[in-house]
Amino acid sequence: MNKEKFDYFINSEKGKYEVIIGLEVHAQVLSNSKLFSGSSTKFGANPNNQVSLIDSAFPGMLPVINEECIKQAVKTGLGLNAKINNYSVFDRKNYFYADLPQGYQISQYKSPIVGEGKVTLDMPYGSKEVGIERLHLEQDAGKSIHDMDPQYTYVDLNRSGIALMEIVSKPDIRSPEEVNAYIKKLRTIMRYLGTCDGNMQEGSLRADVNVSVRKIGDKKLGTRCEIKNVNSIKFMQMAIEYEAKRQVELLDNGKNIEQETRLFDTKKNETRSMRSKEDAHDYRYFPDPDLLPLTLEEKMIDDLKKSLPELPDKKKERFINEYGLSPYEANVLVSEKEISDFYEEVAKLSDKKLAATWMMGDLFAMLNNKGLNISNSPITAKNFAELIQSIKSGEISGRIAKEVFEIMVQSGDNPKKIIESKGMKQQSDPKELEKMINEILTKNKDKVDQYKAGKEKLFGFFVGEVMKLSGGKANPQLTNEVLKKLLKG
Amino acid sequence: MSDLTNKNLKEIVENIKLKKISSLDLTQAYIKNIEGAKKLNTFVTTTFDQALEKAKQFDQKPNYDQILPGIPLAVKDLFCTENVKTTAGSNILNNFVPSYESTVTKNLWDSGAFLLGKLNCDEFAMGSSNETSFFGNVINPIGDQLVPGGSSGGSSSALAANLTPATIGTDTGGSIRQPASFTGTVGLKPTYGLCSRWGIVAFASSLDQAGPMTKTVTDCAIMLEAMSGFDEKDSTSIDKKKEFYSKNLKDNIKGLKIGIPKEYRVDNMPKEIDELWEKGKKILKNLGAQLIDISLPHTKYALPTYYIVAPAEASSNLARYDGVRYGYRSQKSKDLIDMYENTRSEGFGDEVKRRILIGTYVLSSGYYDAYYLKAQKVRQLIKKDFDNNFTKVDAILTPSTPSSAFKIGEKTNDPVSMYLNDIFTVPVNLAGLPALSLPAGVDKQGYPLGLQLIGKPLDEQKILNIGYAFEKNCSFKNKINKWWL
Repeated sequence: MNKEKFDYFINSEKGKYEVIIGLEVHAQVLSNSKLFSGSSTKFGANPNNQVSLIDSAFPGMLPVINEECIKQAVKTGLGLNAKINNYSVFDRKNYFYADLPQGYQISQYKSPIVGEGKVTLDMPYGSKEVGIERLHLEQDAGKSIHDMDPQYTYVDLNRSGIALMEIVSKPDIRSPEEVNAYIKKLRTIMRYLGTCDGNMQEGSLRADVNVSVRKIGDKKLGTRCEIKNVNSIKFMQMAIEYEAKRQVELLDNGKNIEQETRLFDTKKNETRSMRSKEDAHDYRYFPDPDLLPLTLEEKMIDDLKKSLPELPDKKKERFINEYGLSPYEANVLVSEKEISDFYEEVAKLSDKKLAATWMMGDLFAMLNNKGLNISNSPITAKNFAELIQSIKSGEISGRIAKEVFEIMVQSGDNPKKIIESKGMKQQSDPKELEKMINEILTKNKDKVDQYKAGKEKLFGFFVGEVMKLSGGKANPQLTNEVLKKLLKG
Repeated sequence: MSDLTNKNLKEIVENIKLKKISSLDLTQAYIKNIEGAKKLNTFVTTTFDQALEKAKQFDQKPNYDQILPGIPLAVKDLFCTENVKTTAGSNILNNFVPSYESTVTKNLWDSGAFLLGKLNCDEFAMGSSNETSFFGNVINPIGDQLVPGGSSGGSSSALAANLTPATIGTDTGGSIRQPASFTGTVGLKPTYGLCSRWGIVAFASSLDQAGPMTKTVTDCAIMLEAMSGFDEKDSTSIDKKKEFYSKNLKDNIKGLKIGIPKEYRVDNMPKEIDELWEKGKKILKNLGAQLIDISLPHTKYALPTYYIVAPAEASSNLARYDGVRYGYRSQKSKDLIDMYENTRSEGFGDEVKRRILIGTYVLSSGYYDAYYLKAQKVRQLIKKDFDNNFTKVDAILTPSTPSSAFKIGEKTNDPVSMYLNDIFTVPVNLAGLPALSLPAGVDKQGYPLGLQLIGKPLDEQKILNIGYAFEKNCSFKNKINKWWL
């Protein structure tokens, strides 16, 4: 995977194409209540149990903006290095659907709350910037359930009215790999900020994917197709690969690409036309007269700016500069907020470099094997730090440390306690070692003579004997020194 | 005891407070009137049992500190009332029973009043004659052939016929002031945002405003005091201190400057309207007010602007009536689109459909800039006209309507001539201002005519004061012979 050079192109008989991708990510805002009502937003409740009169659009009901959602959007905007608009407007997007109770979605059309920003991706071929066009707030729709009854469609309005942030990228993305990196980066930033949990299985993060292709060297963008509502990175990547090939084939055959909305069929692994440009809805956007334009005070924005946590790009820099980690290590350790939190706790109490090596090695391997993630690791950060310190101080060897680690996983115990109770401490007293080694040399007089006669290979044999006798606890470095000294004498 | 229902609200409240009459007697008297006035078709729903129960409760434990102690009130059927059917005059809501109470009606009940019934109105408040209601047209007590005005026609008719001591309506383009003018009663459209819109079936959100309809200006002040107030559930509600309009009512208007806009003298306006306006000016002048000629140059664009903005908002506001969650649903549909089409075709009347079509059209891509956006710009100019003049004058005097009540059926086939009824009232809604319609005289047939006082934003007290002084010096008397009995 570690490609040095970007090389995602589609080569056909007629030429070499690049793939132009833009994403519209829909991220559910983490908030206790919905964008315009007091209903709970918790996932997994019984159908229609979190629905207020506003969410179900009863006559005379009016939306009232939830300040928490506004703050979350501003924070996200700040996290995307974006311009926060002090003045924004909520518009109505009008269309009929059974899970859209109002007959319109309250969204932001001409004046979004967040303007242009950017996200930096770490690609194997270097860092890459993706521009953010805008971020706006809107209501989520309810859910139509078509497969519960052969005749009827059921509607669950629990999701109706939950706040969504639509984050629109510029068409700066060029490959499925970059899509992966972009989505993960967005998700990481939002998780750091606590503005979206990024849970794609629960639908808190979904995306519409815009794809077009153009011959290398062409300046003009090709006609794009929008693939609606793809809810996993893997599917996004598959959809893009299919769609780009489809478009190249059309162009190669001298055909035009129609601007249209397409669906990705995950079973057949293909995109299908949903509606053409001519059939596109006329949403009749207009400013929602039930809501005043949203004006943000500079102070509120400043306060939020001050309250922002350290974001992954900054943290990565710090890990490299202050902790002496490699860019690769730093990248891995900042990729998830929980991982970086765990690492920082460990690093505070132990050797920073050694902690990184052990975390990315044994700890991640163990979590991976067990299907766990860092937040439910059987080893606490504090215990892990103690283990690292025991290695660093020479109290135990690396080999013993692996044993201690295993026991920690099984028991959740403190490493000091394990080392103590199992007598696993490294033998580092030179006098004790001398005594032990003398014993071994006496017992193996013949081998000593052979060694002295020039068979230096036997040194390894003596080391092995020392380890055997000490139960592996002899400090290897010290063993070497003492052995050499005594064999000379 | 003489018929108490002949009296105005203030007198009735005094009688209750002086224990000259019980709430129960009062309620029974109104029920009797209502039962005898079915021909007027003012009520969609009556809540007599509930009202009698409330009256008894009041009499057992009276609280005379309230502003509406033990007063039964009927309200326009556009206000959602808890557990009482609320139809908005439409088939699409003819089975709708809200589980909640509108803020404005709740404020009335919290002031001691209780519900007598729900009053007929034009369907979704779209109309100027109360002829678009699914529940049939309402008749004006002034004459058995006359419309009561609209859309709050049930309210104006019931008030004038002594079927409720006072009432409330909603005014999007004149729906309180025009029916008040047609029935010789007082109607106030408050500043946009003074009364909460929460729980009122929406017509055009940026224009809708609830207000009182009463027999006198004092009653109007009492009702406004009770119904208004900040509501955090309505984002367009104005957060301000409560005012005591009735206590602060003054009839000294000496030195106040009254603007007379030349643009309100329209072509083909009956001479009587002009004469009425002159009469009004004279009364105010005699009271020491100073008359100032002013110009509101964009007035002529108000009606077309209104008939773009209001239908645009309505087309979106009425999208929720889709048969999915509540209200009428057509039973003969085979799929979702079919159900929408049938439900809305059968559920809405012609005028509502007309406005949904107009609104959908003006918001459509390709037409939005030419219609909706331009209308919003003109709306700003209309508002600016008023702002500019309110630096020079305290209030503006105009006729309320270009004619007196017209005959039932006279304009139903000519929507444009129907819309022209609102010519003097819509600029006020577009500018979000308060305006009071006062009965001021009669035409040659003896039908009442009203004058309109337009005030600065939140300056209700001043226009009520002017109206109060005017009323004392106008000697208008409504002549209703109870022909329906």
